[in-house]
Amino acid sequence: MPEKYHIHTKPVPPRLPRVGKHGIVDWREDCARCHNCVKKACVYDRHRQESEYIRNLKFSDFLFFECMGCFSCVQNCTKNLLCLTINSEYEQMGNQYWTPEIIHTTWQQSETASVPVSGAGYRGKFAGKGFDSMWTDMSEIVRPTRDGIHGREYISTSVDIGKKPSYLNFDADKQTAELPSIIDIPMPLIIDMNPPEFTLPRLESFILEAVRQTDLIAIIDSAKWPVAGDAARMGNLDRYLPYIAFHLNPDAPEPPPDVLRKTRLVEIPDTDDALDRMAALKETCPGIIVSVRVSLNANGVDRAIALAEAGAEVIHVVGDCNGDEIGVKRPRFIKDMIREIHKALIKMGKRDEVTLIAGSGIALPEHMAKALLCGADLVSSYLPFMIALECRLCPICKPGVICPARLEHIDFDYGTGRIRNLIAAWHLQLIELMGAMGMREARRLRGDVGRAMFFEELEEEIFGTLFGSRKKA
Amino acid sequence: MERFSVQEKKLEDILPANTIKTRVPQVEVSREIAPAPSRYRNEIAKYIIFRSDACIRCGKCAQLCPHDVHVLKDGYKYFATPNSYRCIGNACEKTDHFCISACPQQALRLVENPMISALGDYRWPADMLLATWKMAETGNPPPEEYELDYRVGKSEGGFDRIRFKFPKKPPVALTEDEIDTSILLNRRDDGRPKIEIDVPWYGGGMSFGSVSNVTQLSKVRAAVAWNTFSCSGEGGYMERMRPYDDHMITQVATGLFGVREETIQRVPIIEFKYAQGAKPGLGGHLLGDKNTPAVAKIREAVVGISLFSPFPFHSVYSIEDHMKHIDWIKHINRRALISTKVSTPTDVDMVAVGSYSAGTHIIHLDGGYGGTGAAPDIAKKNIAMPIEYAVAKVHKFLVDEGARDKVALIASGGIRTADDIAKAIALGADGVVVGTAELVALGCVRCSRCSAGRGCPRGIATTDPGLVTQMDLEWATQRVVNLYSAWRKDLVVILKRFGMRSVRELVGRSDLLMHLDFENEVIQ
Repeated sequence: MPEKYHIHTKPVPPRLPRVGKHGIVDWREDCARCHNCVKKACVYDRHRQESEYIRNLKFSDFLFFECMGCFSCVQNCTKNLLCLTINSEYEQMGNQYWTPEIIHTTWQQSETASVPVSGAGYRGKFAGKGFDSMWTDMSEIVRPTRDGIHGREYISTSVDIGKKPSYLNFDADKQTAELPSIIDIPMPLIIDMNPPEFTLPRLESFILEAVRQTDLIAIIDSAKWPVAGDAARMGNLDRYLPYIAFHLNPDAPEPPPDVLRKTRLVEIPDTDDALDRMAALKETCPGIIVSVRVSLNANGVDRAIALAEAGAEVIHVVGDCNGDEIGVKRPRFIKDMIREIHKALIKMGKRDEVTLIAGSGIALPEHMAKALLCGADLVSSYLPFMIALECRLCPICKPGVICPARLEHIDFDYGTGRIRNLIAAWHLQLIELMGAMGMREARRLRGDVGRAMFFEELEEEIFGTLFGSRKKA
Repeated sequence: MERFSVQEKKLEDILPANTIKTRVPQVEVSREIAPAPSRYRNEIAKYIIFRSDACIRCGKCAQLCPHDVHVLKDGYKYFATPNSYRCIGNACEKTDHFCISACPQQALRLVENPMISALGDYRWPADMLLATWKMAETGNPPPEEYELDYRVGKSEGGFDRIRFKFPKKPPVALTEDEIDTSILLNRRDDGRPKIEIDVPWYGGGMSFGSVSNVTQLSKVRAAVAWNTFSCSGEGGYMERMRPYDDHMITQVATGLFGVREETIQRVPIIEFKYAQGAKPGLGGHLLGDKNTPAVAKIREAVVGISLFSPFPFHSVYSIEDHMKHIDWIKHINRRALISTKVSTPTDVDMVAVGSYSAGTHIIHLDGGYGGTGAAPDIAKKNIAMPIEYAVAKVHKFLVDEGARDKVALIASGGIRTADDIAKAIALGADGVVVGTAELVALGCVRCSRCSAGRGCPRGIATTDPGLVTQMDLEWATQRVVNLYSAWRKDLVVILKRFGMRSVRELVGRSDLLMHLDFENEVIQ
């Protein structure tokens, strides 16, 4: 039996006090001194921990917000002196897309590398925008149409990057053409470059070590090679090259061919001569796979389809960091653009000849599965790996401004460990979803909308027959 | 009780002798409402009344207030802390007993409780929690003057966007006493008992282990009071449950915890749990911390070990295999009805009709937003469709297949109020299963910590010996009995406004509903 993909993890605790959701405000001046303090009865021992925290205060800009929100102390206090509040700092984290809940759960997963589990039912909205407007299917009993009964250890999350010919050509018993090279990565995720507003000097070192440990690929701006800092820990940088996909920055010199040849994937910006450049790179570095990065602006979807038609082997489509189309008044969301490209590729009979990497807006592991169901082969993401380092996505991230998450002081083991843990947690959660769907192959998720349910379609199919047409927004 | 005394005569004919021997007298529980105030010293209030030092203790406020917010106990010089949770807040301003303006010293101040923003969530907003607590306390829907917006949540979809299309005047003028809320659970003519329950809901499966013994007992005692059912969940029975056997459902789930011949034979309904709405396709998981000696004994497991129920039933690959399961149970307990609990995949309609053809009496659909003691967050949010879609879809399919009047369709997974119950029925269900709402009645604040460590800090969903003592069984029973009573009153008002004599007339009447996001131009 081949070795199973497994990420070895260990807990990596946070460096800073957590920015939690709930806290208790205590009006001490009216305390009855009843010596029967409900704080002692806190199931989570939070009040004692808070006192200890204040006594040994290390961070004067962090209050203690570890309350679990059970209201027990509030409701039992003899003098009704306690009040449970929502931490305003928590509410201010992120933005409408990267919500405080996403940031919080990402921190938790980066610490523990485990699947977040909680009690009670779902607490959120019925449906929402973007990926929240779809649900994944499940298999009630095992049916012949599904992959059959299996344990989770038999679920493969591997996907391929590269061109797969639709058919093979034989002359007598011999294959007439060589098969194109292909990359098999163990989960449908690559780590993308961070935009300048969300980055830090040594981020690439942590990412590279994390992808080496997890056998994934990270896209690195060629201008940043060789990566700065942590040289002592990283040793010979050549060992990282198989896990790097250089983004060939037009403003920087191209990495030398002997460096490029040690990589498996390279990314070029979308230019008029992109396909010529792809051919030239393949000439210089036989076996390398070339991805064209297409910005999902008003013309992005058409451009991706045109590139596929012209022979591009990998197309990496990227919207803005919230998953939206760039620079248009009523932007489409990434999932809808993936569906459009995927369907167009099927129509032109080229779906297996092009790998579609969907970037932007991939904030949670379910987004990875949902993007695949919409038609991507794999996804790229970057912000979650910044958040893993306790970044809060605050809007004050500029050179010269003190980072509230102290990102400039990160230790190598901490940085790599947190990113690795997050990847591991995402992998486990992908398996959860695939297990529920009765799917054994991540490759088979691609475009399988039969395993997904879309809000708009359910509303029309079920409520439409009862309530007529949906009101226009 | 009557329906079972009739059956009782036949028991010796249809059950093995050992089953008869193990039966114990069944208890009765009153459905009368009685006050069951919060077990906490400080009930969470929507408004807070502050009394300043300017108070001269004239007592005018206490005289005026009909809600007993202000209390000056006999023999006491000073007022007790105001019972703020009884205050109706700004609505009182329009009345002649508004204490704030009546106070000659302006010593009173009314503010909205800032803590309310930290209470609840989109599916269970603060007003809904407060109203459910009120119902559990009083047995009545909260008076309108409290202005609690509890009939819908804030999830912005499903039940929360559906409203009733009440006629201006009921087509038939009925009194409350003329309205019947009972439903029939066996719609097949197969010689098995025609079990009716007095209200169109029963309690969902919560195992001993996932919840405390007091919680489990209070649920079934309320079921006895209202002549309905509660479900064992996948965890077997404490000995103390025997006097309630006639109102229990034994759950057979994939781990088969607590499943024995005896536990199948002692109850009138057996439920196969294929999947659970909160974690469809993922099986079950009882954390090691909750596997105390008492739990382990019942489950015949080792103390402290996490207990997993696999997914799926490894003996079921097809509807034919499912039929074999049903036949097995029907043979072991020849008076039992069979319920099949499934989640809501895209082909839930096919699953339902398959289950009907396999011989089930009850198809129980558990929607994707259902409750749980512990589930991966990714599953709770993302897998399977919400119940609002599933129930309408399955109802229509069963009608088209000509099977609808042969099977009871039960919905669960996000049923929070009597309005939700009525909406689910109008969408096509015969009745519903409730779970979270019962726990809210017992004081749950939905902090979602039932899965962690010792479990629920409020003593409801825990087996920790220290935490379970927070609730008294009589109190807990009364809270659930009261909630059921309040719900029934709300439901009767809905039926009365439609001029319906029975809740059975409401089944599938989606023409009586409207959706705020649709044009509602369809004439059915």
